[in-house]
Amino acid sequence: MKLDAKIPEGNLSEKWTNYKSNMKLINPTNKRKYSIIVVGTGLAGASAAATLGELGYNVKAFTYHDSARRAHSIAAQGGINAAKNYQNDGDSVYRLFYDTIKGGDFRARESNVYRLAEVSNNIIDQCVAQGVPFARDYGGVLDNRSFGGAQVSRTFYARGQTGQQLLLGAVSALNRQIAKKTVTLYNQREMLDLVVVDGKAAGIIVRNLLTGEIERHNANAVILATGGYANVFFLSTNAMNCNATAIWRAHKKGAAFANPCYTQIHPTCLPKHGEGQSKLTLMSESLRNDGRIWVSKSKKDLREPWNIPEDERDYYLERKYPSYGNLAPRDISSRSAKEAYDDGRGAKGGEAVYLDFRDSINRLGAKVIEERYGNLMDMYQTITGENPYKSPMKIYPAPHYAMGGLWVDYELMSTIPGMFVLGEANFSDHGANRLGASALMQGLADGYFVIPYTLSNYLASEKPALVDTNDKQFAEEESKTREYIDKLLSVNGKQTVDEFHKKLGRILWDYVGMARNEAGLKKGISLIREMREEFWKDVKVVGKNEDINQTLERAGRVADYFEFAELLALDALNRNESCGSHFREEYQTEEGEAKRDDEHYAHVAAWEFHDVGKWTRHQEELNYEYVKLATRSYK
Amino acid sequence: MSGNINVLLKIWHQKNANTKGGFVDYKVNVSPDSSFLEMLDEINNDLERKGEDPIVFESDCREGICGTCGLVINGEPHGPLRKIATCQLHMRNFKDGETIWVEPFRAKAFPVIKDLMVDRTALDKILQAGGYVSVNTGGVPDANAIPISKDLSSEAFDAAACIGCGACVASCKNASAMLFVSAKVSQLALLPQGHPERSKRVQAMVMVMDELGFGSCTNTYACEAECPKGISITNIARLNREFFNAKFKSSVLEY
Ligand SMILES: Cc1cc2nc3c(=O)[nH]c(=O)nc-3n(C[C@H](O)[C@H](O)[C@H](O)COP(=O)(O)OP(=O)(O)OC[C@H]3O[C@@H](n4cnc5c(N)ncnc54)[C@H](O)[C@@H]3O)c2cc1C
Ligand code: SF4
Repeated sequence: MKLDAKIPEGNLSEKWTNYKSNMKLINPTNKRKYSIIVVGTGLAGASAAATLGELGYNVKAFTYHDSARRAHSIAAQGGINAAKNYQNDGDSVYRLFYDTIKGGDFRARESNVYRLAEVSNNIIDQCVAQGVPFARDYGGVLDNRSFGGAQVSRTFYARGQTGQQLLLGAVSALNRQIAKKTVTLYNQREMLDLVVVDGKAAGIIVRNLLTGEIERHNANAVILATGGYANVFFLSTNAMNCNATAIWRAHKKGAAFANPCYTQIHPTCLPKHGEGQSKLTLMSESLRNDGRIWVSKSKKDLREPWNIPEDERDYYLERKYPSYGNLAPRDISSRSAKEAYDDGRGAKGGEAVYLDFRDSINRLGAKVIEERYGNLMDMYQTITGENPYKSPMKIYPAPHYAMGGLWVDYELMSTIPGMFVLGEANFSDHGANRLGASALMQGLADGYFVIPYTLSNYLASEKPALVDTNDKQFAEEESKTREYIDKLLSVNGKQTVDEFHKKLGRILWDYVGMARNEAGLKKGISLIREMREEFWKDVKVVGKNEDINQTLERAGRVADYFEFAELLALDALNRNESCGSHFREEYQTEEGEAKRDDEHYAHVAAWEFHDVGKWTRHQEELNYEYVKLATRSYK
Repeated sequence: MSGNINVLLKIWHQKNANTKGGFVDYKVNVSPDSSFLEMLDEINNDLERKGEDPIVFESDCREGICGTCGLVINGEPHGPLRKIATCQLHMRNFKDGETIWVEPFRAKAFPVIKDLMVDRTALDKILQAGGYVSVNTGGVPDANAIPISKDLSSEAFDAAACIGCGACVASCKNASAMLFVSAKVSQLALLPQGHPERSKRVQAMVMVMDELGFGSCTNTYACEAECPKGISITNIARLNREFFNAKFKSSVLEY
């Protein structure tokens, strides 16, 4: 397998311009002769499908939801970054680029990140034109706030519902194309396989979730925008149905999987209440603008938080990282919370730390805090039954975001020609750690402003004729998909799909979580293998294929997670350094900070699949031409 | 377990749109900290262990924003609390020994698919008729080129907060979708970006709404009370104004 990133010539700031000037075009009347499949209608998929429809391609969009608007992007709360410098506080494309590279702990590709920063401003313009009601100042111009890992205010937001408003904007553009019939929406369809003919993506196999019918769809190019894999941990901040099936099955068809060990654990989530817990709720990081994080200085302190005097509190982020304080990046904040808990200093001795608004309320008044975070405060109260204006919130880290994903080159094409990957599903821009408010930016950059160009460059050398869905390759893939479903249905064991998923999640949390070490990872891998075997002997999937069968849907996803989890752990085991979200206990400074090994690991690890449990590790070297590799410091 | 409560659930089962459904009883012992849907997850796991089909219900984000979940609990869409979606309802809001009735959203335009799952795609068809600003990607002005007052923008946001759950339809005795439609019409009528297509939009959306079998609005306010996002009924008044103005304009143009 050859990894060619296809980075364009020229200066960093000229690469994208050069690319656009030299790319191949398809004339407007020919575009409609090409069919494009877009899987996923989140920010990345909806923006891509809408824009490609506008350009005149014949687009088929797929989602397992009943409506495009329900994609997981809808749940993003805090905001979206852009280098507008509307606040006149010294922001620029270069600074956004640099912060993103640094936030990612110098493990992302310079050229891609620079392009992301470059198009960030167009995104905000586009969204406003669609009618996205971003927050505004009294003068009528757009307001900004700051997020972790940045010293400028560059985050645009729509109360605590930024993802919702951006997605509704993108989906409105999609709806317009559906009405114009340039895009056909196939809802309640789950992609179960990729069809590759003569080494190129030729279509997909999907299951109609209402009838169980297995369908074949062909296209000149397939775009996956299917989101992230954090649900492999069972408990995460992701929506219940988020899964890795589309990217995993494409991986098994030849798409390299990059950096699966980079999984973001978000510092501010609600702690677990019990075994029946189905997911963990995120409390937006924006709360850290005005909330202070602390634990007691003494171990096993069972006092109520308001009874702990000021001088017995440890505001550990402010103490350890005075210049960023409570806005230290996510990986650092999460690990610090874990350290406090491991030290026996968690809130009331439990798996939680405090996020306290007392001082801000005293300084600004409860009204201002309510204006800024009202819906989050309400959400906290609804879920926990406690009033966060009166006593501090209890929070704890939870799996949240997948920096890893399918490997893509500068054109966002995977190692399978004709298959492109956008949004959280790819690995491209966030290195080993994603900064807040930059996933929304990346998803929309990929969909609105990158793929429309790079796809044209690919298609211009392809003939419009499609591989017939009656072709033997399609038939073969369809029957393999049916066999796989039958296999799941016929195990007829004793344990439910959820029980297995919870067990897998526990193994990952314990051995492949916030802090990892060689022995633990090896143990984790063997436990994952054992549990996978047990799954195929003892899982119980009730019902049949030819009906709505939510258990069957979940079973397929969990079966894939059992294979993927091993790769996640294996990647962590093979990265003998600590960087960003990947913390190996063997590699830390005396102060307990992550210690990178740039000499040996300044590369992307891209895994080629041979068989379940058998992979080859390839490397894409990261050549930093413009940024000097430095030890990340937020002190 | 101590601290747990016992409740009797009467849950609607229905094979598909063409068969008659009925209630089935489930007795459960549940933690007050559990969410309503987590309780259903547990029931489903028990059913699966026994080899029985689980109850079909929908949910996804479980944070009240995706609009996927929607149950009628004790006769009320999204249950007894105000301004939350079903997934945000916790068992601490029920009493020990209580009987709880669980049904799907019911409306002519929302046929039952199975058990508690209904087809709400009609809502998207209305949006496809005009719930957008016709701008292509690229070639738009700078975001700050159009100043919009904070109050106006905030009012537009209030309308834009609709999650498309359909509770307004389910709560309405006429199964009207006016609150849902008025939310989108209002957002785009308030903002200058929406003005060029204002009359065309409102007429197209209302026409499709009528065609899809939603009923008409008789101002009972039931929708506003059940809406998880507190979408205000004043939006319906605005929709009516927009519609009237558009009709007036188009009839003038026709002369
Ligand atoms: C609670 C929460 C808050 C967040 N807040 C922020 C924030 O404030 N700022 C920020 O920048 N980022 C935030 N993020 C991250 C961000 O929301 C996501 O990374 C981003 O929305 C992902 O978008 P996407 O388009 O790549 O995928 P998604 O939105 O996850 O969409 C995936 C789509 O693919 C479809 N799909 C998947 N698999 C299949 C299949 N096999 N067949 C058919 N369809 C399929 C789904 O139906 C869906 O339409 C947040 C994330 C969470 C969990
Ligand atoms: S108006 Fe309210 S009840 Fe109706 S769909 Fe929107 S959020 Fe749901």
